[in-house]
Amino acid sequence: MPKQDFVVRFAAEGGAGVVSASEILAQSASQYGYHVQTFATFPSQILGGPTWTQARVSTSRVLSSGDEVDILVAFNKEAYQTHRSEVRPGGVVLYDSASFTPDKDKQAIGLPFDELAKKSGNLRAGNMVVLGALTRLVNWELDFLEQFNAKRFSRGRPGDEAIVAGNKLALRLGREAAASAEMQVGQLPPPVPVSYAQILLNGNTAIALGAMHAGIDVYVGYPISPATPILVFMERNLMGPGKFAYQASSEIESINTILGAGFTGKKAMTATAGPGFSLMSEGLGLAWMSEIPLVVVDVQRGGPATGLPTKTEQSDLLAALNPAHGDVSMPVIAPGTVEECFYAAVKALNWAERYQGPVIILSEMMLSERSENIPKPDLSKVLVENRKVYTGNNGYRRYEEHGVSPMPLPGGPGSYIANGSEHDPFGDTTHLPDRHIHMTERRFAKLKLLEDGAWESKNTQHSIAVMPWGGEKGSGMEAYAQLEAAGVPVAWYYTMFLNPLPPKLLEELRSKELVLVPELNYMGQFASVLRSHGVRAEAITQYTGLPFKVRDLVRRVTERVQAGNKGRVKV
Amino acid sequence: MSAKNPEYDFKWCPGCGDFGVRRSIEFALKEWSVTKSVPIENTVVVAGIGCSGNLVHLLEGPQPFGIHGIHGRTLPIAFGVKMARPELNVIVVAGDGDFLSIGAEHIGPAAQRNLNITCVIMDNGVYGLTKGQSSPTTVFGTVTSSTPFGKVEGKVNPLELFLGHGASFVAGGFSGKPRELAKLIVQAMDHPGFSIVNVQSPCTTYNDTYDAIKGDPKKGIAPLLYDVPPTHDTANWEAAYKLARSPGVPVGILYQNPTSEPLERRMETMKKKARLQTTQQLVDALNV
Ligand SMILES: Cc1ncc(C[n+]2csc(CCOP(=O)(O)OP(=O)(O)O)c2C)c(N)n1
Ligand code: SF4
Ligand SMILES: [Mg+2]
Repeated sequence: MPKQDFVVRFAAEGGAGVVSASEILAQSASQYGYHVQTFATFPSQILGGPTWTQARVSTSRVLSSGDEVDILVAFNKEAYQTHRSEVRPGGVVLYDSASFTPDKDKQAIGLPFDELAKKSGNLRAGNMVVLGALTRLVNWELDFLEQFNAKRFSRGRPGDEAIVAGNKLALRLGREAAASAEMQVGQLPPPVPVSYAQILLNGNTAIALGAMHAGIDVYVGYPISPATPILVFMERNLMGPGKFAYQASSEIESINTILGAGFTGKKAMTATAGPGFSLMSEGLGLAWMSEIPLVVVDVQRGGPATGLPTKTEQSDLLAALNPAHGDVSMPVIAPGTVEECFYAAVKALNWAERYQGPVIILSEMMLSERSENIPKPDLSKVLVENRKVYTGNNGYRRYEEHGVSPMPLPGGPGSYIANGSEHDPFGDTTHLPDRHIHMTERRFAKLKLLEDGAWESKNTQHSIAVMPWGGEKGSGMEAYAQLEAAGVPVAWYYTMFLNPLPPKLLEELRSKELVLVPELNYMGQFASVLRSHGVRAEAITQYTGLPFKVRDLVRRVTERVQAGNKGRVKV
Repeated sequence: MSAKNPEYDFKWCPGCGDFGVRRSIEFALKEWSVTKSVPIENTVVVAGIGCSGNLVHLLEGPQPFGIHGIHGRTLPIAFGVKMARPELNVIVVAGDGDFLSIGAEHIGPAAQRNLNITCVIMDNGVYGLTKGQSSPTTVFGTVTSSTPFGKVEGKVNPLELFLGHGASFVAGGFSGKPRELAKLIVQAMDHPGFSIVNVQSPCTTYNDTYDAIKGDPKKGIAPLLYDVPPTHDTANWEAAYKLARSPGVPVGILYQNPTSEPLERRMETMKKKARLQTTQQLVDALNV
C-alpha cells in the first residue's frame, strides 16, 4: 500500500541522541528529495528526563508535524509507555531490547541498539542502527543514508574513515535485524525532485539569517528558551566591522541597549520569550514615543509568568500589539512557516527603518525548534530598506511633520533629543494639549506606511472563512485541504502581517458572515482583535502546550460551519 | 536648546545645584570639542528621569545629541550608543535615585565591561522631581515625605559602591565649583573606560545640604567637602577605597586604573578569533 508520508517518533531519556536521530533522518531524506519537518519537545531539566523528537517525511511539502505516529522508536520502557497509544494501527514500535521487553505487543520489534552498534565497531552508532532498521520498515534502499553518512562524517579528521565504515556497518546491521521481523508500515514512493534549490533549517535560524540579510548591525539579548539560539547565532556570526553582538544582563538592558544603537543609525534587534518580553514593556514604549527603529523577536512559549518554557502557545498576541502603557499600537509580524520566518525578519527590519519605530516578530516555540526544507532564498532579490537620514543644517525640527521625517544621526547635523516624555519639534518636553494631539496622531499616522503586507485567500465565494495565524498556519493548511476535498463550504484567509492588517484583507473579512480563527490560547486573542476591527470572528482554541492535530481542526471547523453563524457572533 | 524654547516648561528651583553641573558640562564639552577638534554633535548626552535629567534640555550653546529616556536606564541606553558607534563621546547625566536605586542593577555590568562612557551623577540625597522622597543617598534618620518618622535604611556610599563594582575611574565633585568640576569631567571623558563623577548637587527645596557640605563657621559646622590630598596615589585602588570610606566628601579623582582597556578594544581583540562569513555563505551552508 503506497503512503505519501510517514512519521517517526524517537523517544528516550534526554541525551540519548534522539535529537540527532531525527536531524539525521531529516537531513538525509531531504537530500534524497523528500520533504521533511521535525518537531521536538524537551523537558526543562538539563540532563535526563523524557525527551522526544519527531520527523515527518513526505513526497510533498510537509505542513504539520503529523497527527499520528507510524514508527515509534522507544529507547526505554517509560518512552514506550508514554507514546505507545499514539502509534496508529498498522504502525510499528522499534524498541531497545537491551533495555526492556513490552508485554505481548504484536506491533513491536526489539533490537539491541547498543549491542549492534558495538558490533559495527563504532560504539556511538546506535542512531545508525535505528535508522538502518527504519529503512527496512518503510521499504527504502540504504543508499541515501550511506551517501549521507559518507558526506557528513568525512570531515578531514584522522578517525573519519573508521567512523564512516562503522556507521555503514551499523546501518546494515539495523536493517538486517529489522528484516527478520518481516514487518512494514507501507511503502513510500520515490521522491519527486523539485526544480529549485533548497535549504534545511529551523525557525530561529531563519529569523537570524533574515536579520543578517536585512543588514542587522547590533544584536543584544539575554538567554531564554526558546529564543537563545538566535543569541548564540549572533554571538558567532554578527562579527564584521561596525557590528556588535552581546549577551545583556537582563531584558530591560537588551531593549534599552538596542534602542541606544537604533538612535545612532544602526539596525538593531533582540530576541526573547514571554517573560523577557514583559520586561521590555517600558523600553518598547520609549522606542514608540521617541521614534527609534528596532526589532524585538518574541518566540512565544506557554505563559503567563514562567509558564511552560518548552511548550508552544500563541498567547502573547495581545501583549505584542499593546506591550506598553499609553496609546501604543505595535507593528506585529507573525510568521507561519520556517520559510516565512526568514522573510518576516527581513520585513521587520525594513518596517522599522521605514516608519522609524519598534517592530515585533511574533514567533513561537513550534516554529523555532523545528527544521524544515524550504526553497532557498535568492538574496539578490530580497529588498532591503534603510531609514531616511537628515542631511540639512542644525536647528532641525525633527518632530514637526505629520508623518515620518528624516532622522538626524549623532556626528551629523540636526542634533535633537529623543525624548520619552511628550515633546515639541526639537524633542524638548512639553505639556501643551495641542502638541500631545499632534504628536499622538503623528505616531499613529506612520503606521499607514506599513500597510503593504501580503495575504492569501482561497474559495472566497463562501460566506464562512477559516483564518489561522502564526505557527498554526501549517496545520490549518493541511486541515483546509481536507475540508476542501470533503466539500465543506469554507473560505481560506491568511496573513503574517497582524498589525497593521492589510486593509484590503480586512475589507474582505468584514464582508464574511463568520471567520473562524484556530489559535493556541484560551482567550481567542486574534479573534478578539478581528472583532475589534469589525469582523465577525470566533476562535477555535486549544491550550495544551501542543500544536493542533489536523483531524481535530477538520472536525471542529466542519461542525462550526454546519452550525452556521445564525447571528451568534456579532460585532 | 530649551532655555528659550516657549514650549518647554520645566525650571530648576533657585539655587539648585544642577545649574552648576550644567555649566560645568557646557565648559567640558566646549573644551573637548576644541582640543579633540570634533564637532559637539559627536557627543550624545543620555539623561535619566528626575530634575537632574532635565539638564539635557537646558544646555546652552552648541547642542549635542540627547536621549531623555526612561527612569533608571541611562546605562543600557548609553551602552547601545557607545558600542554601536564607539567613536562617539557618550555622557550619562542622572540623579542619585535614577542611578543608584531603580538603575543600580546596571552599574556592575557597565563597570565590569569597562564601558567607555562618562557618568555625571547629580547626588542631592533626595528624589527631587517627585517632591522629596528618600533616596539611597539620603542620610539615615532623615525625615522626608516618604519617611515621616525618619529613614530606617542606611545611606549608600556611592564612591565605595562604584569602586566595589570595579569602575576604572571614580571621582567626587561639587556643583558649587563649576570650573573645577568641568576639569574633572574632561579628565573622566579622556579616561579610556568606565568613568563616574559623583557630584554633590544640593536640592535647595527638599534637602538643602549646602551648609553641611560647605560648612558654616558662624554656625560652627565643619565642611564635609575636602580636596583629595595631592599625595593620594590615584592608581592605588586600596588607597582610593580607604579614602571613599573615610568621613567627609572628597573632591577630585579617587581612582583611575592606569592600564584601563575599554570594552570596544576588548571586542576588537575578541573579534579576531571569529571566522567571518557572509550571509550568503551562512545560507549556503544549509543547502540540502
Ligand atoms: C519607572 C518609573 N518609576 C517612577 C518614576 C517617577 N520618578 C520620576 S523621577 C523619580 C526620582 C528622581 O530622583 P533622582 O534620580 O534622584 O533625581 P532628582 O529629581 O533628585 O534630580 C521618580 C521616582 C518614573 N518616572 N518612572
Ligand atoms: S526640587 Fe530640588 S533638585 Fe529639583 S529643581 Fe528644585 S532644587 Fe533642584
Ligand atoms: Mg536626587
